[in-house]
Amino acid sequence: MDGIILYSVISLGAVAAISAMVLFFIAKKFNVVEDPRIDVVAELLPGANCGGCGYPGCRGMAEAFVKGADAGSIAGLGCPPGGSATSEKIGKVLGMEVAAGEPMVAVLRCGGTHEKAPKKTEFDGPSKCSISHAVYTGEKGCPNGCLGLGDCVKICAFGAMYMDDKTGLPVIIEAKCVSCGACVKACPRKIIELRPLGRKNRRVWVNCRSLEKGAVAMKVCKAACIACGKCVKECPEKVQAITLDNFLAYIDPKKCIACGKCIAVCPTKAISATFEMPAPKPKPVEDGTAEVKKEEVKQ
Amino acid sequence: MKLKTFKIGGVHPPENKMAANSPIEALSLPKRVSIPMNQHIGAPANPVVKKGDDVKVGTLIGKGESFISANIHSSVSGKVFAVETVMDTTGYKVKAVIIDVEGDVWEDSIIHSGALIKDIKLESAEIVERIKSCGIVGLGGACFPTHVKYMVPEGKKLDTLVINAVECEPYLTADHRIMLERTEEIMVGIEIMKKALKINRAIVGIEANKPDAIAKMEKVAANFPGTEIQPLKVQYPQGAEKQLIKSVVNREVPSGKLPLDVGCVVNNVGTALAIYEAVQKNKPLIERVVTVTGKKLSKPANYLVRIGTPVDMLVEAVGGIPEGTEKIVNGGPMMGKAVSTTEVSVTKGTSGIIFFDKSEARRKRIANCIRCGKCVSVCAMGLEPYLMEKLVEKSRWEEIEKLAVTDCIECGSCSYTCPSSRPLLDLIRLGKANVNRIRWERSKK
Amino acid sequence: MSRYIVSLSPHEKGTYTVERVMWGVVIALLPSFLASIYFFGIRAVAVTAVAMITCIGVEYFIQKFMLKCEVTAFDGSAAITGMLLAFNLPSSIPLWEVVVGGIFSIGIAKMVFGGLGKNPFNPALAGRAFMLASFPVDMTTWPIPIKTSMLWAMGKTVDGTTSASPLGLLKEGIKAGGNVPEIFANAPQSFDYFNLFIGNVGGCIGEVSALAIILGGLYMLYKKIITWHIPVFYLGSLFVFTGVFWMIDPNHYADPLFHILSGGVMLGAWFMATDMVTSPMSVKGQILFAVIAGVLCGSIRLFGGYPEGCSYSILIMNAFVPLIDKYIKPVRFGKEVNYG
Repeated sequence: MDGIILYSVISLGAVAAISAMVLFFIAKKFNVVEDPRIDVVAELLPGANCGGCGYPGCRGMAEAFVKGADAGSIAGLGCPPGGSATSEKIGKVLGMEVAAGEPMVAVLRCGGTHEKAPKKTEFDGPSKCSISHAVYTGEKGCPNGCLGLGDCVKICAFGAMYMDDKTGLPVIIEAKCVSCGACVKACPRKIIELRPLGRKNRRVWVNCRSLEKGAVAMKVCKAACIACGKCVKECPEKVQAITLDNFLAYIDPKKCIACGKCIAVCPTKAISATFEMPAPKPKPVEDGTAEVKKEEVKQ
Repeated sequence: MKLKTFKIGGVHPPENKMAANSPIEALSLPKRVSIPMNQHIGAPANPVVKKGDDVKVGTLIGKGESFISANIHSSVSGKVFAVETVMDTTGYKVKAVIIDVEGDVWEDSIIHSGALIKDIKLESAEIVERIKSCGIVGLGGACFPTHVKYMVPEGKKLDTLVINAVECEPYLTADHRIMLERTEEIMVGIEIMKKALKINRAIVGIEANKPDAIAKMEKVAANFPGTEIQPLKVQYPQGAEKQLIKSVVNREVPSGKLPLDVGCVVNNVGTALAIYEAVQKNKPLIERVVTVTGKKLSKPANYLVRIGTPVDMLVEAVGGIPEGTEKIVNGGPMMGKAVSTTEVSVTKGTSGIIFFDKSEARRKRIANCIRCGKCVSVCAMGLEPYLMEKLVEKSRWEEIEKLAVTDCIECGSCSYTCPSSRPLLDLIRLGKANVNRIRWERSKK
Repeated sequence: MSRYIVSLSPHEKGTYTVERVMWGVVIALLPSFLASIYFFGIRAVAVTAVAMITCIGVEYFIQKFMLKCEVTAFDGSAAITGMLLAFNLPSSIPLWEVVVGGIFSIGIAKMVFGGLGKNPFNPALAGRAFMLASFPVDMTTWPIPIKTSMLWAMGKTVDGTTSASPLGLLKEGIKAGGNVPEIFANAPQSFDYFNLFIGNVGGCIGEVSALAIILGGLYMLYKKIITWHIPVFYLGSLFVFTGVFWMIDPNHYADPLFHILSGGVMLGAWFMATDMVTSPMSVKGQILFAVIAGVLCGSIRLFGGYPEGCSYSILIMNAFVPLIDKYIKPVRFGKEVNYG
């Protein structure tokens, strides 16, 4: 009996020792040297391996971040459960700018709803903006307008966009947008822009990208910018945030103070904002009818 | 003669050549033409006229300045109304010269008579120069500037001129009619082309569904030694350059290379006619035959149309847009472009206008890929459309490059056959565009 | 002005659709179905009907109520799976077992992977393998077709007993030490080529009649639903493999013609191995697939534990199809490679 126990212990012990040595040598010889940054970044990620980022697990995401940092940009890389806080921490570690210091948000710059820019043709093909853009100007006929097929919605990894069927345009949910920039890259017409969130969430932008002459643009869309220049004139002297280029007005977000004066003067209502401008107080007039007429004209 | 064909792939869509028996009619002159400057592959031409200038038929209005570009000439006489951007078939803007038509005065240098001139007085280099100055481009649909094809680089061996008279696209009959009606001029044109290339052999490939054209061409070719007529099996895409070369001389153009690398130059038969007119009559490319057809049209026809004529005029000539038309295609049904509006003009590449009604215009419902392998078996280039489509959806561009996506000739056989009606060619095109972009970015580094 | 439709070329569509393919295969299976009624009676109809209804029903239920996606249960693919599953079962199988098999075939072997076009294994064969493992006795006893009595209608033999198939008898006989000519001489039913070809032998509903299957196969070739490569190379490879061994030792191995006419290999070669979803995409790949499957089938039959190897050979090769597709590419035009 003893002999058997002794024999078993020795033989199994020898097997264990030999296996341990073999494993040790193999681990040393075939050791894969990895960039130590990958480990650091992987630590900062949630570690849930959910795959929501589109990469194989958090390790894959960490590698993509490091690769992106070496290539010069980590735009488009985001961790849905981690959110913008995680992206910022990772950005610091890799020495990359994540959000330029100021909180940004994606802004859609097209007002071509079904009502304002009715469809002139029907696109029969795969629902990809990149394909429709390459074929022709799109169902609405505007060569710079939103195609409404949702490449941006599909690529958003944070669920911050959805397609509004009533208007035919994508909607960006501010609260969820982490300004990763994926939708900006996905749009073939560069309609979406990352703009600063603005103080107290106030921001103003020109809701159009049309580079056509006013009359031509109006034929296609009633909410187009016709480059009349009224907004440029209305913008206060000290601010001068609006420029007119190629038949299109553009509000520089760095200069704009979100006073909202330009919104009212735009004849096609092409300037949008996140706040409402209070209606101007009517001046007291003796004749009641003249006052009403004035209001109508101002609308 | 025995029918030849290419080995891999191909489909046989119904031919629908309703306009085959309609002789070519010259369309009446429009009131205003709009001639775009980008009617060819390569850099657009630069306008050399301005508002208010008087022009005659054949006056140079656009000069092709870079290596791959072509001249553009006025197709009417009158006064230039404007030089501005107009909408082309896609709706995107392009620069064009708009001319108000007054009379039909031709430039003095053009021989306006229809008599056949057989004697070729110009030398080879002069012929190529004349082709260039007359703005001749390939009339098969791609519009590649012809003089560039004729500038054979040093060291390339060339022995055969292949004339593409196949017209494999359903519905189109323009080439068929010019073979029947202008046979001798085409033959002289082929002689001119052989002289320009300094070779002795030309083969004209014609699909077997045009027996009258084959018979007429064979009869006339008897008087032109060195030019053979080769009937070909009716199979799409018989008229594709690489497939045509394989069928007539049994040589395969290697991936990424040109027909010149197997000793051939390929030109459309309409281009041969245009070259004849350019060299013998000094007439630039200002008009072409356009087939206007469709199942619901009462009289499908072939019109000789001046470049720049609004498509609305063609529509009027056949009696208006047929009831229930839902799609209008510029070109053939397999490779043509659907137009968003008829307010566009005929260009050098407009081979046909086809009206499709409700039953034919819409695509069918997309189903899952059933891995039947039909797309692989019909691909004339031996590629794997199902795999390329899947990879494009996942944006895996490097893997698609390895599958040789840039070899795709965009013939459309795969989308045509797919039982699940999947948009194979649409996504393959997207793949090609992205692979070309990646290659360009790579070459810049 | 009415709105025009704008799409990319091609603007024409061929007439080859999923429905045409699927229902074409169903029509090609009709001769076998009629033969099965002739040999096995009304019971065969019952088994087939139950299988088809279960398969279509399961797919409909899963698509409409569980996935809540588009319902494609009536495009013909579930019907084919049901018919092929039934054709792989003996006519005396209890109907509730058929329902279980149907649920496995469609629910697990097809829908779990994503529905039509996404399954790696042939669903009918996967169902059959599942049933063979779950109900071994019921799946391996076959009624001999005897058409003279009322019992024919119920798929039973004259004296209520059932028997094994030709291959089963062969395997048992060899194991018991006998030699081939004796086994055939002592069989309860004549196993001559005519009977094997027509189908007058014991076996599963759809696999007995080689004649009916070949007729269906020729119909599919005519309609361009399948190509000739897989059936010819599968049967050919099996023929050659078994032929080699038969020539070495005719006492221990049956002749190759017997092998290709008996068992499920005729049905497998024409209908199962050619299933589009689970076979390779290029012609070269298909030939490789068929040849190796034939060799595997022969190996299982001659040296393996089971008497019949057809379904396993195809299932094993189904697993290799992605690998075959990855490395065996179709012949490219202009083979010189140029990546720019």
